[in-house]
Amino acid sequence: MLKWQKDLVIIGGGPAGLAAAIAARDEGIEDLIVLERHSELGGILNQCIHNGFGLHYFKEELTGPEYAERFIEELQKKNVPFLTDAMVISLSPDKKLLVASKEHGLVEIEAKAVVLAMGCRERTRAAITIPGTRPSGVFTAGTVQALINIEGLMPGRRAVIVGSGDIGLIMARRLTLEGAQVLAVVEIMDYPGGLNRNIAQCLEDFDIPLYLSHTIADIQGKDRVEKVLVAPVDENRQPILDKAFPLECDTLVLSVGLIPENELSLEAGVELDKTTGGPIVSEYLETTTSGIFACGNVLQVHDLVDNVTAESIRAGKMAANYVKSGTLPACGTETKAGDNVRYVVPQKISKTEDVEFFLRAARPMDRPTLVVGDSLYTKKMREAKPGEMISVKIPKEKLQSFTGSELTFALREGI
Amino acid sequence: MTEKTQRKKFDVLIIGGGVVGTAVARSLAKLKLKTALVEKEVELAFGTTKANSGIVHAGFHNEPGSLKAILCVKGCDMFPQVCEELDVPFKENGVLMVATSDRELPLLHKFYEQGIQNGVRDLELIDRDRVFELEPNLSRDIVAGLFAPHGGIVSPFELAIYQGVNAEKNGVEIFLDAAVENVVDRGNYIEVATKKGTFEAALVVNCAGLFADDIAQMVGDTSFAIRPRKGEEYLLDKRVGNLVTSTIFPLPSENSKGILVIPTAHGNLMIGPTALEMQEREDLSTTQEGLEVIYQSASKLVKGISRRDIIASFAGVRAASDRGDFVIEFSKVAPRLLNVAGIESPGLTAAPAIGEMVLEMIKDWCKDRGIPVEENHDFNPRLPKRVRLQDIDDPRLEEMIAKDRRYAHAVCRCELVSEAEIVEAIQNGARTLDGIKLRTRAGMGRCQGGFCTPKVLQIMARELNVPITSITKRGGDSVIVPYKTKELI
Repeated sequence: MLKWQKDLVIIGGGPAGLAAAIAARDEGIEDLIVLERHSELGGILNQCIHNGFGLHYFKEELTGPEYAERFIEELQKKNVPFLTDAMVISLSPDKKLLVASKEHGLVEIEAKAVVLAMGCRERTRAAITIPGTRPSGVFTAGTVQALINIEGLMPGRRAVIVGSGDIGLIMARRLTLEGAQVLAVVEIMDYPGGLNRNIAQCLEDFDIPLYLSHTIADIQGKDRVEKVLVAPVDENRQPILDKAFPLECDTLVLSVGLIPENELSLEAGVELDKTTGGPIVSEYLETTTSGIFACGNVLQVHDLVDNVTAESIRAGKMAANYVKSGTLPACGTETKAGDNVRYVVPQKISKTEDVEFFLRAARPMDRPTLVVGDSLYTKKMREAKPGEMISVKIPKEKLQSFTGSELTFALREGI
Repeated sequence: MTEKTQRKKFDVLIIGGGVVGTAVARSLAKLKLKTALVEKEVELAFGTTKANSGIVHAGFHNEPGSLKAILCVKGCDMFPQVCEELDVPFKENGVLMVATSDRELPLLHKFYEQGIQNGVRDLELIDRDRVFELEPNLSRDIVAGLFAPHGGIVSPFELAIYQGVNAEKNGVEIFLDAAVENVVDRGNYIEVATKKGTFEAALVVNCAGLFADDIAQMVGDTSFAIRPRKGEEYLLDKRVGNLVTSTIFPLPSENSKGILVIPTAHGNLMIGPTALEMQEREDLSTTQEGLEVIYQSASKLVKGISRRDIIASFAGVRAASDRGDFVIEFSKVAPRLLNVAGIESPGLTAAPAIGEMVLEMIKDWCKDRGIPVEENHDFNPRLPKRVRLQDIDDPRLEEMIAKDRRYAHAVCRCELVSEAEIVEAIQNGARTLDGIKLRTRAGMGRCQGGFCTPKVLQIMARELNVPITSITKRGGDSVIVPYKTKELI
């Protein structure tokens, strides 16, 4: 078996891994490698052929593959080594990796630092336990996107979409443009999950009905999906069956959430945040295992790739600092999600630098005030939505004035 | 002549390619007989076998003297060797039946006595302390247990598939997508009309599972009827796969062994099954009520089971008969028809023993009629060992990778299945996406094929030289992606 030693190994060659690798190289790390399990760099961006990427980072509107290409070109220009068709099979707390590579066979790598950038996977039918038969024609939205945009294949001609997150909305439009009929988007919550612009551009522009507070109560069909039963839900989100109505379709597309892919992280002893499903990290994006960093959707599911890039650049820099100095400052103060806040990242801070925090609202709110640590920091907001990540940068001086052990982030109504 | 009009002549024709039919086929391959198997689905193991829980029962559940009891105990003893020969995942993880109150103790003792009578090896009544020593995550309500260390878990569909592959390599001919349309007893032979043409055979072995009574009735045999009983099950993530080591049984109810907590041969945990008598034989739907019952009951046995860990749900229909016991006998109406029917639990465990029993019955049948039957001395019980990327510690893996880099090319990330394994599965008969999944586990993990489906379809189209738009999930109209882009515009 081949044995390699590397200063830095980056697991994943999507937007997170690419940005982290380029940033680490810019910090002077030469002995690094990006490992990508797919046969191309770029990750899920490759199948996101719609536009809307890069508005924040490049100040222009790009498609997913264009956005990825800019980073891939830079990676190649800077001669950052990468390996495609290379799957990390195991990762130990002392940063030993076992890799199955189509090119090299099995390779054991000893790394000084590791950046986790594996992204996320989609929740499946079983995760939301839709009863019924198990015919073909039930897909997750990302799989449909890969089939249409990469393979040139159409999964069906009459589709119902479950979940109004961005991927579901974008696939409603994509299927329509490809000549399929999208009968409905069904959302269990009483508000849509995706960005406003996607509701307008993907549903309203195509007259696709959105059923809020509804769910799929049954899937019917022996070989292929023939029909689904759409039912309104009660206050406990249980289907009200006597108000259910059938929709005849051959395809059911599920866009019911993303799960950070942290199976490797767990092997490496990395502790996960129960809410984000991603690692608990310090302001340096270091996980609870020393020298292992995390960024992008493996850390927290982002709505914009621009934010993934910013976060991953930071992770790459911090990993480079760790390789050079062998350690990072201690982070003894914890953050905590308070009223109306689902989670806060990072979960630990040192109070020695300015920190940008990322959080998500637990419910939609009109004109809330973000309150950090009682009265340490407040910010009036126009609105808060679970589908749109909130970021707030708090200066070092403010953080230093905080004396407690848990810094709470809360959203309060009309202060 | 077309395939349809050509008549195929065999000594023995087996109807049904589930775990029982394929076990019979493999046993009969030990004789120099011309044997064929017909299966109505497009692949082996696509019926009841596909939804089997995979438990190798120890044999204390069934009444002494019954075929179920005798064949279960014999089958259980055969499993380590059969699975070793066919390279099918099997673990002797033990079976533990637990009593959750003192009221249940007399029944637990009854099962102990029954097991002893049935010849279950090393069966042991154990106290509460020993229960928790074996299984620390069980509910604290448990008061005592009955432990059978030689019970096990197996990959049921792999067993059926590779029994079939092994039978085929030893000369048995297998006809898929060949649903039986009619059976006629012609006196000195039996005629079986199928979707793939008409067969003539000296003997027909009816292993048709849920449809065994239909087959028997075609020759006027109404001596048994199938009473379908549906069971729903839920598969949990490998993350909780080690909550228990043994297969955990409650005390059974009248028509089922109860809701169990079952480690699988591949390291997942399964909970279920329900038991619902029904008319429809092919209703494989799952229900909200079924999930609730299973979840509540399993949580009473084991701590730490969460709905969040469910990665798949499915249902199967047991081919129980109205006789209560297995029906393994020559038909009184058509003496050339051997019925092997009503093979419900512990049917999987009994299957290899049923194969051997049928072999002896056929030898006797021939002897009684003065027909000479020779042993097939070329019979090879073994299949070559398959190399899997997920068995990362297997020293042969590196050897294979050195020869063929596709063994290091992971296609399914959740279950770690390589491109070479997908190709091998196709060489071993996989023609559908489910066929690949049952053989390799690609698509059976936590993402349920979300990432690997496009890749697997590509490999299948390439290896089978068919358009991707013709590949099905499991035959029939179950095409995965029916159209190309621009076709619908």
